[in-house]
Amino acid sequence: MSGLPEMIATAGRPVIFDGPPTVETLAMHRERLGTLPPPASRSDLIGILERSGLQGRGGAGFPVGRKWRSVAERAGGHAVLLVNGAEGEPLSVKDRSLMATRPHLVVDGALLAAEAVGADEVIFYVGAEHRAAQAAINRALVERKADFGRRRLRLLDAPTAYVAGEESAAVNFVQSGVARPTTTPPRPFERGVRGRPTLVQNVESLAMAALISQYGDQWFRGLGRGSARGIGLLTVSGAVLRPGLQEIELGSTVGEVIEAAGSSRHGLQAVLLGGYFGAFAPAAEAWDLELDQASMRARGYALGCGVVSLLSEAECGVTTTSRIMAYMASQSARQCGPCVFGLAAISAATSRLSARRAQANDLERAERWSAQLTGRGACRHPDGAVGLLRSALRVFDEEFAAHQQGHCLRQQARRAA
Amino acid sequence: MTTLEIDRIRCDGHGLCAELLPEMIELDDWGYPILKGRAVSPSVIPHARRAVDACPVLALRLRQHAHV
Repeated sequence: MSGLPEMIATAGRPVIFDGPPTVETLAMHRERLGTLPPPASRSDLIGILERSGLQGRGGAGFPVGRKWRSVAERAGGHAVLLVNGAEGEPLSVKDRSLMATRPHLVVDGALLAAEAVGADEVIFYVGAEHRAAQAAINRALVERKADFGRRRLRLLDAPTAYVAGEESAAVNFVQSGVARPTTTPPRPFERGVRGRPTLVQNVESLAMAALISQYGDQWFRGLGRGSARGIGLLTVSGAVLRPGLQEIELGSTVGEVIEAAGSSRHGLQAVLLGGYFGAFAPAAEAWDLELDQASMRARGYALGCGVVSLLSEAECGVTTTSRIMAYMASQSARQCGPCVFGLAAISAATSRLSARRAQANDLERAERWSAQLTGRGACRHPDGAVGLLRSALRVFDEEFAAHQQGHCLRQQARRAA
Repeated sequence: MTTLEIDRIRCDGHGLCAELLPEMIELDDWGYPILKGRAVSPSVIPHARRAVDACPVLALRLRQHAHV
């Protein structure tokens, strides 16, 4: 990554991205955040995390404290910590940016997690294509090797693939070199790397845990708008003037995030929330939506990994959807029939629709298949893909109907203008 | 309670299960099973057991749950 994405902070005084958007050295990190509290004061870090309300930032949003407790209870001091910085989501840059610019905060989180769950092995799993992140984490680990004591410490390249960051795929890669999901249960927290309870935790979640350890659960709960708790990182992309990373108070609205990225309501058609595992929403409907797991779920959306991507009025939703489906089909781990054949068929149909060369029943078939694939893979890759497709068929219903008939409404609008 | 589970990685879409257990399984356009529900009612258990035994790749299984 040459040049870090532009960082815009909207959380009042930013916490993570206070200071320059360059690689933070250990000295800078310590000066800015203070050293970690001594071990005695963190004896109940899991309880503190549970009270903080921190939820995982990799996509699933699972409560972090509860996850750590599940591993700690089973581990007997022999757990494995897998620090997940694979970030395979094409629209997300927040994890790689965090690792590249605040590596010591991530390392702090890893140390605290290893101690809290009783891990004697720590594996950093960082996307092979995230070069700046790899370099920064590597340097930070060399500098802080002593902090890990007798724990076995490794930095591994995560393959460039959408499913490589999925928990069971990450564990499988560590063991066999193949980043493909495995059949669950058992889930990694029960039986992961070499059969040991394994905590697979996203890098942003670990960074947040480090901040909560430092400042307390009350501090974290005090941040956030309305009923939302805490802060979070977003990647804003598409039809905005200033795409990039944003640090927000959770509960901020989609509209506020768009305005912070230098754009307005005007000319926007739709918002993709949560990345390729997420859903499209009409821009008008999404404007007041609060970016927070609970409020989004209540309205049928998900914060996921914090992707907010904008589609302008000029862009064709059918073509955008078709490109995403082609990508998702190409990223199937090719293990489960419904995912391999279902996503390929969906991709072929949406591609014909996009090109306005649809077969007689392409739209009807895409609708039917979109309702059939959920829960029919070892991992949730097909679920994510058809969830996005169902939202697209709803939000761009007129566009899909026109494409089935061989017309593009956006192209007609451009010609008329 | 007894449930029917499919190992999606093992399943190769042979389709015998849908023939032996149409009460619970139908096939998609590519011959892979779609479960109509997971809970197996007591009267269907013998049929379900036959389907489990017939699967050539051992992808189908019955699971007993202690609690509902």
